[in-house]
Amino acid sequence: MSHPSDSTAPPFTSFSQQREAATLGMWGFLGMEVLFFGPMFLGYIVFRINFPDAFMTASRHTLILAGGVNTALLLISSFTMALAVRSANLLEDSAKVVRSLLVTLLLGGAFVGIKCFEYSHEIHEGLLPGASFHLDGADPQQAQMFFYLYFLMTGMHLLHVIIGLGLIAVFILRAKLTVRKERFSIAMEQLGLYWHFVDLVWVFLFPLIYLGGRAA
Amino acid sequence: MSISTPQAEMQPPLEGPDYLHEHSVRSWLLTTDHKRIGILYLVSITLFFLIGGVAVTMMRMELLTPQGDLFASSTYNKLFTMHGVIMVWFFLIPSVPSVLGNFLLPMMLGARDVAFPRLNLLSWYLFMAGAALALWAIIHGGVDTGWTFYTPYSSTYANGHVIAMVMGVFIAGFGSIITGLNFIVTTHKLRAPGLIWFRLPLFVWSLYATSIILVLATPVLAITLVLVALERAFGIGIFNPAIGGDPLLFQHLFWFYSHPAVYIMILPGMGVTSEIIACFARKQVFGYRIVAYASIAIAVLGFLVWGHHMFVSSQSIYAGMIFSLLSFLVSIPSAIKVFNWTATLYRGSIWFQTPLLYALGFLGLFTIGGLTGLFLAALAVDVHLTDTYFVVAHFHYIMVGGMVMAYLGGLHFWWPKITGKLYPEWPAKLSALFIFGGFNLTFFPQFILGYLGMPRRYHIYAPEFQTLNVLSSAGASILAVGYLLPLVYLLWSLRYGRDAGPNPWQATGLEWTTASPPPEENFTIAPVVTEDPYNYHPTEEAADA
Repeated sequence: MSHPSDSTAPPFTSFSQQREAATLGMWGFLGMEVLFFGPMFLGYIVFRINFPDAFMTASRHTLILAGGVNTALLLISSFTMALAVRSANLLEDSAKVVRSLLVTLLLGGAFVGIKCFEYSHEIHEGLLPGASFHLDGADPQQAQMFFYLYFLMTGMHLLHVIIGLGLIAVFILRAKLTVRKERFSIAMEQLGLYWHFVDLVWVFLFPLIYLGGRAA
Repeated sequence: MSISTPQAEMQPPLEGPDYLHEHSVRSWLLTTDHKRIGILYLVSITLFFLIGGVAVTMMRMELLTPQGDLFASSTYNKLFTMHGVIMVWFFLIPSVPSVLGNFLLPMMLGARDVAFPRLNLLSWYLFMAGAALALWAIIHGGVDTGWTFYTPYSSTYANGHVIAMVMGVFIAGFGSIITGLNFIVTTHKLRAPGLIWFRLPLFVWSLYATSIILVLATPVLAITLVLVALERAFGIGIFNPAIGGDPLLFQHLFWFYSHPAVYIMILPGMGVTSEIIACFARKQVFGYRIVAYASIAIAVLGFLVWGHHMFVSSQSIYAGMIFSLLSFLVSIPSAIKVFNWTATLYRGSIWFQTPLLYALGFLGLFTIGGLTGLFLAALAVDVHLTDTYFVVAHFHYIMVGGMVMAYLGGLHFWWPKITGKLYPEWPAKLSALFIFGGFNLTFFPQFILGYLGMPRRYHIYAPEFQTLNVLSSAGASILAVGYLLPLVYLLWSLRYGRDAGPNPWQATGLEWTTASPPPEENFTIAPVVTEDPYNYHPTEEAADA
């Protein structure tokens, strides 16, 4: 069934061993990523507690519609990614994998576009921390801290999205060219895990940044 | 003479070439062989050890007199920063894990290589890129923040290339993370048939515990250093109190990494010591399982004690009390190890070879370093001792007296396996004694200096401290000779040493069943493990004698 050149990568002796090792490695990497994001979330919590009013006011200056649409885009892209992983796992026709990955790529690309639109809007409004920062109705220093954390955390997340999109593009080519389907499916599983993680980080970022000042 | 039973059948004599047969630069720089990568690390960290050593030599010369007569204060600040940064991140952290761990872990598991060989090579390149950036910062004027990069000094006021330096550490950190991930996956997935977890050598257990810390603590340091660099570059950040930030937040994040990192700098040394003591006492390690669990316990507890670096930092007194209590708890698994090594030696058939001398040195010095750690974990005593030479002496007893001793002991123990050659025994024994003696003369006076109140990081001090400082500098010169000796005779042995044979110590681990130096694929016949580790038989040896 599988292509003769479809063999395991050294030092593995079976596909199941390679799959388990790669998946364990990916989960370890994602555990590392959680701790990489951790200090930024901790920083957010500390200053949210220190400057509650300014954070509420500043939060209302974010574009909730853009943030909401972006949340939807990423969640749907996780679904299409899961379809791609499933197709690869079933060793289906590579066209199916490519199709799902292309949709994921488009959705992720739209996320990046909307995020950039938001940034340009905020920079235009004078919300970029620095000498020209101004925001009415809140302590400027404290509100600036909110927007510093906003740019930092969403920027770091955006970097992860862009890396993910680059990987998806590579995997689209790989899916078209490879004959080593078993080995490709192992790699696809890791790409899927990474993409879901990026999605999950956003699921935490969205309420922290956009919803804070908007209740009641 | 049957005095030990290896964990698997001996491999047939090697007919093909060993892993060192290719000599081209390309064959080294593009290798994915874990053994060669271990050697790349060995050469690089030896270089960094020398650079860090030069910095501290200059410091100890300055400290011979109470006046500042060699260097300006700013130069002295840069010297101790350089010493700290290089020794911590570019020597100690990669020392045992990246050199000995890389070389030995797959062999101890009976595997052909680590799980992700290409990532393994990438980790060395990241390490070297980070080191190059840090060295660039040093050459272009240096950094004077100390290795801890405390804010807001580092992010706002310090002169020098702080951004380049912290980015160097950031990049090298990802090298550590990859190594840790690789070790975890390799230990889980590439063990030989029959090699269940409780047949693993204790060195593997200690590497596993270290890897958990590498993977889970290093990213916190990485992002924290990014925040410092951003704050320095743009003048906005979360650590500078002048713009509403919190400098204590930096200390919490820094020590959340750096306290576990202290255990990165001792756990692998404990693993090496377990191997050496069992082999040269010709006995099973006393309480194998407890020693294995103790490694994991130290790694876990290590994440819960960072606040003891901040007792005088305005951290809440209740937090201080909890951190003090938790810090005392770390002494339990550490003491278990010390007692179990002692019990292993008790009534063993002691064979005084160089590795054992190093291991015994480790045992004594680590015990002193550990016990003085209890003084510092006590809240009230710590207030008196914070930022004095007592702290300097304490952590050097662990990091140098412990880890460097263990590293050198391990290097001697496995040198025949790595190179296929035996080192000359007498100069090696001499070096172990020089290091032990020189070390104590260097650092014991510093306990007294610190207790008497001499602060660290100053090069001008009160005249009554001179005698002890002269003693310390004299000790450092003996220590330097002790460190240079192995460099000479180990290199000498590459050419003139006697052939070692597969198992010169009659040791039991899987790495000793294959040829020295091993073939590229480690084992020509896949090993099947049939024995527990440390199957030494002291009574039979006595009968033979």
